[in-house]
Amino acid sequence: MFENLSDKLQRVFKNLRGEGKLTSENMDVALREIRVALLEADVHFKVVKQFIESVRTQAMGEEVLTALSPTQQVVKIVKEELVKILGTSHVRLRTASEPPTVVMIVGLQGSGKTTSTGKLAKLLSKEGFRPLLVSVDVYRPAARKQLSVLAHSIGIPIYEGPAEDAAQPVALARGARREAHQAGRDLILVDTAGRLHIDEELMRELGELKTLLNPSEILFVADAMTGQDAVKSADEFHKQLGITGVILTKMDGDARGGAALSIRQVTGQPLKYVGVGEKVDALEAFHPERVASRILGMGDVLSFIEKVESAIDRQDAEKMQRKLIENDFTLEDFRDQLKQVRKLGSLESLLGMMPQVGILKDLKNVKTDEKELTRVVAIIDSMTASERDNHMIINGARRRRIAKGSGTTVQDVNQLLKQYTQARKMMKSFTGGLPGHLGKRLSKMKLPSLENLLRG
Amino acid sequence: MSLLDRLKAGIQKTRAGLVSSIEDVISGRKEIDAELLDELEYSLITADIGVRTAADILESIRQRVDRHLVGDASEIRALIRQHLLDVLQASDQPPRRAAEPPTVIMVVGVNGAGKTTTVGKLAYRLRDQGHGVLLCAADTFRAAAIEQLEVWAERNSVDIIRQKSGADPSAVVFDSLQAARARRADYVLVDTAGRLHTKDNLMAELEKMRRTAARVVPDAPHEVLLVLDATTGQNGLEQARRFTESSGVTGIVLTKLDGTAKGGVVVAITRELGLPIRYIGVGEQIDDLLPFEPEKFIESLFEN
Ligand SMILES: Nc1nc2c(ncn2[C@@H]2O[C@H](COP(=O)(O)OP(=O)(O)OP(=O)(O)O)[C@@H](O)[C@H]2O)c(=O)[nH]1
Ligand SMILES: Nc1nc2c(ncn2[C@@H]2O[C@H](COP(=O)(O)OP(=O)(O)O)[C@@H](O)[C@H]2O)c(=O)[nH]1
Ligand SMILES: [Mg+2]
Ligand SMILES: [Mg+2]
Repeated sequence: MFENLSDKLQRVFKNLRGEGKLTSENMDVALREIRVALLEADVHFKVVKQFIESVRTQAMGEEVLTALSPTQQVVKIVKEELVKILGTSHVRLRTASEPPTVVMIVGLQGSGKTTSTGKLAKLLSKEGFRPLLVSVDVYRPAARKQLSVLAHSIGIPIYEGPAEDAAQPVALARGARREAHQAGRDLILVDTAGRLHIDEELMRELGELKTLLNPSEILFVADAMTGQDAVKSADEFHKQLGITGVILTKMDGDARGGAALSIRQVTGQPLKYVGVGEKVDALEAFHPERVASRILGMGDVLSFIEKVESAIDRQDAEKMQRKLIENDFTLEDFRDQLKQVRKLGSLESLLGMMPQVGILKDLKNVKTDEKELTRVVAIIDSMTASERDNHMIINGARRRRIAKGSGTTVQDVNQLLKQYTQARKMMKSFTGGLPGHLGKRLSKMKLPSLENLLRG
Repeated sequence: MSLLDRLKAGIQKTRAGLVSSIEDVISGRKEIDAELLDELEYSLITADIGVRTAADILESIRQRVDRHLVGDASEIRALIRQHLLDVLQASDQPPRRAAEPPTVIMVVGVNGAGKTTTVGKLAYRLRDQGHGVLLCAADTFRAAAIEQLEVWAERNSVDIIRQKSGADPSAVVFDSLQAARARRADYVLVDTAGRLHTKDNLMAELEKMRRTAARVVPDAPHEVLLVLDATTGQNGLEQARRFTESSGVTGIVLTKLDGTAKGGVVVAITRELGLPIRYIGVGEQIDDLLPFEPEKFIESLFEN
């Protein structure tokens, strides 16, 4: 959908190499591209403006590091700045000095409050809390029922209250607090009705609930797809209520999530959690790095890598990463990875877990091809140890031998080698955080290199 | 260099307190200078029209200015409005209705966009026009989604066809269409589960529902309405593309316009996909669904 920012900057800087310094002119051109990228990611107009100015100040006059191209250097500065603004990863939940701790979940209609309430209950109960749920959404049809269904599915108690309180948010909240005391629950999660920040009456209601409950946290739930309006709603909720953190939902889609930056900038409150699916366990700690990459349209590579890592062997994955960085990723490693991918199950199911952003989006059209995998493994198996170690020595004669040994054709061998070198290049740029020209190319590439990429 | 780049070139000053209303921008200004266009850009972008679409619009204006077709800043307003109106009206088509009832309307969209509420409100409109309506609870996934739609059925005193939570949504569609035939309902409104357009299996599920509908009622679904939350930013365009691809969207309902969001991304959507905007949602009450009026919508884009 969007041209990768790195690609664009690459174009901007193609003549710059060796000029020594980032100058005001070349920065101007680069910053314009960055501006467009941020606006396309839905970062608010004014936030973008401010951001660009601060990057300009940072970058101006910096020596062009020999190790990095100007493109990489600018992206690096931009990303670092973004990460800085987005804040530290996972700020812990604040608790009350005297239990129960109360957490209020607030936000606009349909942002994901009820689902997040259920997810949070599950996550925090794993961390040792004993939560009690309550929904004070007496407005939306079946809203309380929705939370009740969720509560039962995760086996966490919910306060339903007497029938006469069914339309009384404050009474329900009070009842829940009493219940928590009696039942020894140390955490109350309060799901509130969605409302517009300009709805004075309903905003006042939240104020009342706050006064009554004295919550340790008021978490503002924001949809990752939100556009320019994010600053207005977040600002109002914060001004009127004093939110203490943000949950960014629906990050399992392909929205770039620039609203996160806007909200963070305008409220100054930390992003705490990220919603990545409709199921109750699809809640993750917020990682500024990932969201920054994503806002820049560079794909949520880190999350992806982490998932795959946890699915496979972590040590192994780290070893691979090291090898990549040291340019020591051999055909043998390539084969081992392919074998592991096969063990893992289908590529699709793996991709199903992943946010479909940027390059990953292109990946999802690729279907696992068992036969192709087998063929590739056979080819590599037919190589000698030194060939696997150093693909450069595989000349024409060797290729013919390998083809024969593996029951394939020389073309197959050629293709494999090409894929291997591409994959290697690709992964290298990944690990360096700079995907290069991937997006466009990936969709055209054949399977093995993609499998390999997954193992990054 | 793009237009915006050219516009920006030479302007270095940071404007404190940007004028965000076009009205302000235009009043009292004679010359169309770069700064003015800059401010227009601000208005367009903060309405979620998108950088590219905004650039295109400004480009067309810029060209006219270059050719001295517009001499006065006050003409800009009319120019932009006309441009937007052209875009929005180009895709205006009458809704498709079944030659023989029931007309089947499927309501689709991402999670939390306002689909169920829209179904409830639409049922009210159709009932008001004297039509017999039947609701189909095809969101069998989300917790209490069926109960939510049941409340709307009750409010409208219309029939609802449902199965157990977790049932195959296509099966519910099948039942509903058969029931609609038997009961001679004029309209079947199908409430579907929210889904992100990136999830292939869920998009395939929509296709299956379409096919099932067509098996019972030829030509069904007659309309597929994509519900889009007005707070949505640039992702809205990709949503529209993907839903159109896999479920043949025929029109858009833009919800939550009672907030401060402008919903400008629909301009990009209609421009690219030619989808008409059928209704707007302006609240949570049963009568808060209104026909889309392009002039008013454009007006609101520039209101502060
Ligand atoms: N202010 C306002 N709220 C709306 C509007 N339309 C829907 N809502 C609210 O938005 C929230 C989500 O609406 P639903 O109709 O449940 O949305 P949905 O698309 O069916 O949601 P899922 O089925 O959960 O994906 C509810 O709280 C609705 O009351 C509108 O036009 N204005
Ligand atoms: N894909 C996805 N859907 C979500 C996520 N969080 C919530 N949802 C869905 O968004 C819709 C609205 O969520 P809900 O919790 O009812 O929102 P509320 O109105 O703010 O309480 C539901 O369909 C949820 O299943 C998420 O992180 N990813
Ligand atoms: Mg809710
Ligand atoms: Mg619904």
